[in-house]
Amino acid sequence: MGGIDPALLIAALLTASVPILLAAVGELVVERAGVLNLGVEGMMILGAICGFITAVETGSPLAGFIGGAAGGAVLSLLFAVLVLVMQANQVASGLALTLFGLGLSSLIGQGYVGIKPPLTGAVPFGPLAELPFLGRVLFSHDLLVYLSVALVAGVWAFLKFTRGGLVLRAVGESHEAAHALGYKVLRIRLMAIAFGGAMAGLGGAYLSLVRVPQWVDGITAGAGWIALAIVVFASWQPWRALLGAWLFGGISVLQLNLQVAEVGIPVEYLSMSPYLITIIVLVIMSSGKGRASFAAPACLGQNFHAAR
Amino acid sequence: MIRRTLLASAAVGLSMLAGGMAMAQDKTKACFVYVGPIGDLGWSYQHHQGALAVQEKYGDKVEIQWQESVPEGADAERVLTQMALGGCDIIFTTSFGYMDATNAVAKKFPNVKFEHATGFKREAENVAIYNARFYEGRAIQGHIAGKMTKSNKIGYIGSFPIPEVVMGINAYYLHAKKVNPNVELSVVWAYTWFDPAKEADAAKALIDQGVDVIAAHTDSTAPLAEAAKTGGKVIGFGQASDMADYKPSPRVSSIIDNWAPYYVARVGQVMDGTWTSTDTWAGIKDGEVEIGEITEAVPAEVKAEAEAMRDAIAAGTYHPFTGPIKKQDGSEWLAEGVTAPDGDLLGMNFYVEGITGEIPK
Repeated sequence: MGGIDPALLIAALLTASVPILLAAVGELVVERAGVLNLGVEGMMILGAICGFITAVETGSPLAGFIGGAAGGAVLSLLFAVLVLVMQANQVASGLALTLFGLGLSSLIGQGYVGIKPPLTGAVPFGPLAELPFLGRVLFSHDLLVYLSVALVAGVWAFLKFTRGGLVLRAVGESHEAAHALGYKVLRIRLMAIAFGGAMAGLGGAYLSLVRVPQWVDGITAGAGWIALAIVVFASWQPWRALLGAWLFGGISVLQLNLQVAEVGIPVEYLSMSPYLITIIVLVIMSSGKGRASFAAPACLGQNFHAAR
Repeated sequence: MIRRTLLASAAVGLSMLAGGMAMAQDKTKACFVYVGPIGDLGWSYQHHQGALAVQEKYGDKVEIQWQESVPEGADAERVLTQMALGGCDIIFTTSFGYMDATNAVAKKFPNVKFEHATGFKREAENVAIYNARFYEGRAIQGHIAGKMTKSNKIGYIGSFPIPEVVMGINAYYLHAKKVNPNVELSVVWAYTWFDPAKEADAAKALIDQGVDVIAAHTDSTAPLAEAAKTGGKVIGFGQASDMADYKPSPRVSSIIDNWAPYYVARVGQVMDGTWTSTDTWAGIKDGEVEIGEITEAVPAEVKAEAEAMRDAIAAGTYHPFTGPIKKQDGSEWLAEGVTAPDGDLLGMNFYVEGITGEIPK
C-alpha cells in the first residue's frame, strides 16, 4: 500500500465521479417527476461532443460546459416530444434516444477527432490550495467538481423545501391527483426532462473536456447506464446519489491504485468490486428497515394524458 | 405454430435469396468486425484503414461492409451470422475475444472465409488467423522507457491478460531492464479494450504513484491525454496507431499496425480463388508493424540506439526474446543465445524474472 497517497486518491475520486454524479442527479429529478428516461447515455455523449465543439471553437471551457448542457437539453426535448406529446412508450423512446445520441455524436464529431480542447484550470483558492493534505483534497479542483456538489444540495433543497419541489414530487407520485389540483403535469415534466438532459450533457462535457480532454467516438462507454443505476441505488434521494457516485467512482479509482501498488488481492476481484458493491448495497437497502424509504415514484414510467 | 413455420421458411428463403444475389452480383464482399469505434484513433481505426485500402485497390469489384463496437461474446456470434447470411465472402474479425464466435460461425458457413486476428484457434478449413509481432515494437519502447525514466518506475496499462498482452509486457520490461537495472514495472489491468475514462484513470493511478513512462495496450488515446496534463514530466507511446496529435511529447514514439497489405492480399486471393487457411504472423520486417517517428523529446543517442534495434529486428539479426531469460519463478525459459519459438510466445502466460506483479488467472 506504500505507494498510494491518500490525498491524491481522494482528489482523483472526486474528479472521477463528477460525470456520473451530474447525470444521476439530473435523472433523479426526471424520475421524481414520474418520467423514466433511459436515454442518459445518449444525452451524455451528445453533451460531450457539443461541449467539446463549443470549447474548441470559442476557446473557453466555460462556454463548452454551457454548450454541453444545451446539447443534452435539446436532445432530451426530442424525448419529451415523443413521450409527452405523442404518448410513446418511455422505455422504448429512451433506448432509442441512446442509440440516436451515440450515432449523432459520432457524425458531428467527425471533424473533431484528435483535437485538444482548451484546458480547464483549477479554481484559484490561493493559499488554501497550499495547505497540506486538505489543499490537495479540497482546494485543487476545477469549477465543475464544486458545482456538481452544489447542484446536489440545490436539488435536495428544491425537492424538500420549495413549493415547486412539492408539485414536482406530486406529479411523479400521482399525476391524476396533481392534474385534478390544477397543476400542468406535462409542462412540469417537460421542464424536468430538459433539466435532466442538461445535467447529463454537462456530465458528458466534463468527460470530453476535463476527464479525458479529447473527443473519441463512444467516449462515455456506458457511464450513462451507471448513472441510471445510481438513481435506483440512491432510492431517489439526492444526497444518496452523491454517496453512490463517490462510492462507485472511489472504488473504481481505488482498485486501479491497488493494482499499481501490487497489494495481494487478485485483480479480478478488484476489477469487479465497483459493480459488486453496488449490487450489495442495493440488496441491503431494499430489504429490512431501509425498505420504507426505498420506494420509486408511484407514477414512474407512466404516460399522462389529461383526457383519460 | 403455423406462423412460426411460415416465418422460418421465409427466413430460409430470404437467406437463399441473399446468397443468390451475392453470387449474381459477382462482386466480392469483404466484411470487418471491430471491437471499438473506428474513430478510436487506435486499434479499430487502423483496421479500418486496412479495409479502406482494400476498397481503394479493387474499386468496383469489391464491396466492403463493417460493424463497429461489437462486444466480444454472444453478440459477436449474432453479428457474424448476420454478415454471413448477408452475402459476405470474407469476414475479418479483428479482436482476440472473437475467437470462439468466429470458429463457431465458420463451421455453419463453409463457403464464407473467416479471418481472425490475434487468436490461435483454427477449427474449420475456412478459418485463417493472422497477427502482428507487436512485441518487436514493445522491445523498442522498453529500451526508450529504461533510458528515459527518472523515477525508475515504468507502467503498462493492460487490457486483458491474454498472451498477446503478456508478450508485450515481457518484451517491454526485458528491454527496459537491460539498459536500466533499477527499473520497476507496474502493470494495471483495465479489463476493457476501449473505455477512455477508465484508461485515463488507469494512467492517472500510475502517475499518482510515481510512474513516468507509460505504455498502453488499450485502444484509445486517453492515456496520452492524461500524460499530457503533467506538462512533459510523463511520457508515453502511440499504440496501434501513430497518435501523432500528441507529438513531440508525451508521445515520443509509437507502434503502428499496418494491416492494409495483408487485407489487400487476402481479399485478392478470395477473388481469384486461391485463398487457403493460413497462419500469418508478420512483424517489422514485413512492414506490418511500423515504428512511428521517435521525437526530439528523446535524446539523440537513445533515438539512434532504438532505431538500430528496429533495423536489427527488421534484418532478422536480433530477436527481442533471446536467452538467457528466466521465468518469474526463477526457472529457466531460454538458454543463452536461444530465441523464443513462436509457440511459446503465442501461448505466453508467464512473466519474466524481475516483474513483481502477478498475471490474473
